[in-house]
Amino acid sequence: MSRYFTEDHEWIELDGDIATVGITDYAQSQLGDIVFVEVPEEGKQVAKGDDAAVVESVKAASDVYAPVSGTVIEGNAALDGEPALVNEDPEGEGWFFKMTLTDKGELNGLMDEAAYADFVSKL
Amino acid sequence: MSAINQSGWRPEMTAGERSDGATFTGNRALMLDEALIFEIGSLDTTGVDFAEAPKATSRLGGLERHRDIGLPGLSEPEAVRHYTRLSRQNYAIDLGLFPLGSCTMKHNPRLNERMARLPGFADVHPLQPVDTVQGAFEVVHQLAHWLVTLTGMHSVAMSPKAGAHGELCGVLAIRAALDAKGEGARKVLLVPESAHGTNPATAAFAGFSVEDIPATPAGRVDLEALKARLGPDVAGGVITNPNTCGLFEPDMKAISDAVHATGGYVYCDGANFNAIVGRVRPGDLGIDAMHINLHKTFSTPHGGGGPGSGPVVLSERLSAYAPLPFVERQGDKFVLIEEETAGEHHADSFGRMVSFHGQMGMFTRALTYILSHGADGLRQVAEDSVLNANYVLRSLEDVLDAPFAKSGPCMHEAIFSDRGLPEGFSTLDIAKGLIDEGFHPMTVYFPLVVHGAMLVEPTETESKAALDQFIGAFRSVAERAKAGDAALKSAPHFAPRRRLDETLAARKPVLVWKAPAQAEAAE
Amino acid sequence: MRYLPLTPNDRQAMLAAVGAQAIDDLFVDVPESGRLSGAIAGLPMHASELAVERHMTRLAAKNLSAGAAPFFLGCGAYRHHVPASVDHIIQRGEFLTAYTPYQPEIAQGTLQVMFEFQTQVARLLGTDVANASMYDGSTACWEAIGMARRITKRGKAILSGGLHPHYVSVARTMAKYTGDTLVTSLPVLGAVPDTANLIGQIDDETSCVVVQYPDILGRIADLSDLAAACQAKKALLVAVVTEPVALGAIKSPGEMGADIVVGEGQSIGVGLQFGGPYVGLFGCKEKYVRQMPGRLTGETVDAEGKRGFVLTLSTREQHIRREKATSNICTSSVLCALAWSIHMTLLGEKGLRQLAALNHAGASAAAERLRQVPGVELVTPTFFNEFTLKLPKEARPIVRELADRGILAGVSLGRLYPGEASLANGLVVAMTETTTAEDVETLASALQEVLA
Repeated sequence: MSRYFTEDHEWIELDGDIATVGITDYAQSQLGDIVFVEVPEEGKQVAKGDDAAVVESVKAASDVYAPVSGTVIEGNAALDGEPALVNEDPEGEGWFFKMTLTDKGELNGLMDEAAYADFVSKL
Repeated sequence: MSAINQSGWRPEMTAGERSDGATFTGNRALMLDEALIFEIGSLDTTGVDFAEAPKATSRLGGLERHRDIGLPGLSEPEAVRHYTRLSRQNYAIDLGLFPLGSCTMKHNPRLNERMARLPGFADVHPLQPVDTVQGAFEVVHQLAHWLVTLTGMHSVAMSPKAGAHGELCGVLAIRAALDAKGEGARKVLLVPESAHGTNPATAAFAGFSVEDIPATPAGRVDLEALKARLGPDVAGGVITNPNTCGLFEPDMKAISDAVHATGGYVYCDGANFNAIVGRVRPGDLGIDAMHINLHKTFSTPHGGGGPGSGPVVLSERLSAYAPLPFVERQGDKFVLIEEETAGEHHADSFGRMVSFHGQMGMFTRALTYILSHGADGLRQVAEDSVLNANYVLRSLEDVLDAPFAKSGPCMHEAIFSDRGLPEGFSTLDIAKGLIDEGFHPMTVYFPLVVHGAMLVEPTETESKAALDQFIGAFRSVAERAKAGDAALKSAPHFAPRRRLDETLAARKPVLVWKAPAQAEAAE
Repeated sequence: MRYLPLTPNDRQAMLAAVGAQAIDDLFVDVPESGRLSGAIAGLPMHASELAVERHMTRLAAKNLSAGAAPFFLGCGAYRHHVPASVDHIIQRGEFLTAYTPYQPEIAQGTLQVMFEFQTQVARLLGTDVANASMYDGSTACWEAIGMARRITKRGKAILSGGLHPHYVSVARTMAKYTGDTLVTSLPVLGAVPDTANLIGQIDDETSCVVVQYPDILGRIADLSDLAAACQAKKALLVAVVTEPVALGAIKSPGEMGADIVVGEGQSIGVGLQFGGPYVGLFGCKEKYVRQMPGRLTGETVDAEGKRGFVLTLSTREQHIRREKATSNICTSSVLCALAWSIHMTLLGEKGLRQLAALNHAGASAAAERLRQVPGVELVTPTFFNEFTLKLPKEARPIVRELADRGILAGVSLGRLYPGEASLANGLVVAMTETTTAEDVETLASALQEVLA
């Protein structure tokens, strides 16, 4: 089980056939207090790079992209009443959605934890 | 003469000890808090007396409303006090300088208000027979004439309700003109990065996609980049001039020519017309459409956020597509061109944008303002607004970073950035510090192209003394920030409220009042 | 110039301070060809208050004002008595000359008023929430159709024939560019609105049904079945109210299941003003709030824990979302909303109900009287304060003729639906508390004469 990262600050972790997607700690710190998250509906088909979710702070709204192609199987319902979870635990309880993957090979194009840490340190 | 009881007559002039500020009511002398009408009113109280309704057959079709609506009433004295107390928690132009960049917060002459309330204007129904409202049409016609003449354009659509609505009008006219030529494939509008958010929102609403035009280091549209992007898929450009950095676009005519040469149209966001009224006619620069915010340049009141009014001047190429209805002079009579009368002369109109004919109450105010100033006074308006802004710019550029100050004068607004503020201090802190100094802050964090932008538009209705005081206060606040004064981080300290928790408001939206028990139950 | 404080000396001193010789030096970025050398020719020069007042008063005098004649016009704009204190309060400079409350610490007055307004509107319309106002009823109606499209992700809106024709016209203009399909129809001069017909038209592509209540002819119909039919097909019911005083007498659309309720608020607190500025009302169910257009005020606390109000859910709006915003709207109609809210507070529940009862009783009596004019038929058996008569001949020339006699007799359907023969004889008559029994008598006898 390993975790991958995108340059748009999403993380994705594959467990068997199901991947969980969220935004990184760096992303939440840049956004500030998260006030609303719109997660995708179950069954939504996404291609890599598509708008998949929306995350909002008081003064900004950002799209969250699908890190890879696939089908959404669940959005994180807990974020509906508790968007602050994204600030408190972005890479755990504050996950956005789970999906099945069209092509696991797409993960190879993403960064691993060390590469992402290096990427962020240069921003 | 009888003896005078002097007890308590002469105040003790010793300063005494300072109170900790706590009072029984929570008020502090003239700082009066006020509860909500739902907390102080009742369903049985009313401030309006009516005669008893006579007995009559009910025609309500069995749909009588039986349950309480939940609308509390106040008697007139209570109501007057409620709203008067609330009014005192507002900053306003009438209280002081309101340098909100791009908003043109100038003095609102009270003659405008008086004229708008003449029964012949205020108490006229929009669907009265046209012979009974010739004076109203004449107001529309006279104002239209001024707007067309001041802008050097061909015609004007009067009905849009506000600036953004005017933008929509102009953009739809462009769409209609392209469609009429069979050029529906032109789907892209080029918009500078510094544009108001309404520009891309409007373009999207009208079915266009938006592409950014980059800016030059001097804060202007990059003409070469624009030219490079023009082509058969481009419908035109949306340019704000003077732009949102408060700078005139010297290449405006060249931009227009280039857009026209490739078959596009030029929309100009006229939000900043105040800087050039009477000195420059947009029509001379090749503009095809421009909205005019009557509540900016022509002083109709902002009213805490509207109503606005956004007539759109149009070039000859776009005039045929103007929305209905409009007023036309036929001989010595004014007629209203509506759907039925549009006929073959106006068959190309893109249609109606509002019920009735637009913001008449704003037209009477704007015409009153225009007649008061005349052609000479309006020119002076532009000159004084530009002079005032440059005076602010040059008085503060040594203490605040002014990104475009080196490139020459600004127009009617001066822009500063947060560069040079110490770590931990932001534009927001400067703004809140100005509140404690008794000023409304400038526009902050707009335009997006300048980091931590502070956009200052003093307008022409400020005296030199008022500007000097504002400059002194601004300088003092900036110096406090530079010195790391922590108190600035929690400003304002003296306003009716301290900083408000916007995160809480957005996470758990409370948009209507609920009785405490109700609110608990809803948790 | 009385509005310009700078003196010639000030200007000289300030030019020197900015390093300019003359004002022209500050306009150097304007190319030579774009500069005007002096005041624009052919336009008058500045004028005194007195001179301007004379000019404007002369123009105003050319209009026949509603208060100067027996007056019966409605159809989307109504003449009610507005208490004197309303106009007094809205002219306080702190309200009149404030801006959109971007700095909430010094705008609590406007923000609290907006919060009170939102609550009053929601309660009157029967919705969970309401926004801080729209431009007017017609634009609010279009925005509701767009909102229904975003929520249902469907593009077909069914508009009742009883919807104000200007509202239909506005929607038609916008739909041309957004790709929405509109199903429209004309009203029929008959006893009942087209509710049953609308129910039959709802299908799986329908985003919403838009119905006016009371409708353009004044008729009132229960919306419950329509709401249920919409719900069954996952479409939304949008109800439009152009005369909010009616809701002091009849059930609210929200109570009957409408998902979005919009309205023209003019009749409370805002004068006729020849059509604007008015105030659009916009309420909906809470679950749709993030798809709402327009400004919203919300409650919060300040750093000391005191209750306060701020603009909220701004991420829906153009200044943040830009091309993805729910609407390009940037201004509301706050001053008119303030007038609306003050008037509603003065009325209160009790006053609003009395006002509504007075309007309805007056209209009921007027309908009885006018239907007795030979050849005149009352088309609408249900109504609030506005009803439709069918005259034995075309109504539009009759209205003009009565205007020549100093009577503003109502709105002819020929004015609203030019060229529609089936509607040409229709006359919509509105009665409010400002119309007297004598006015009705004057109209009845004059109508009898011109019809004879």
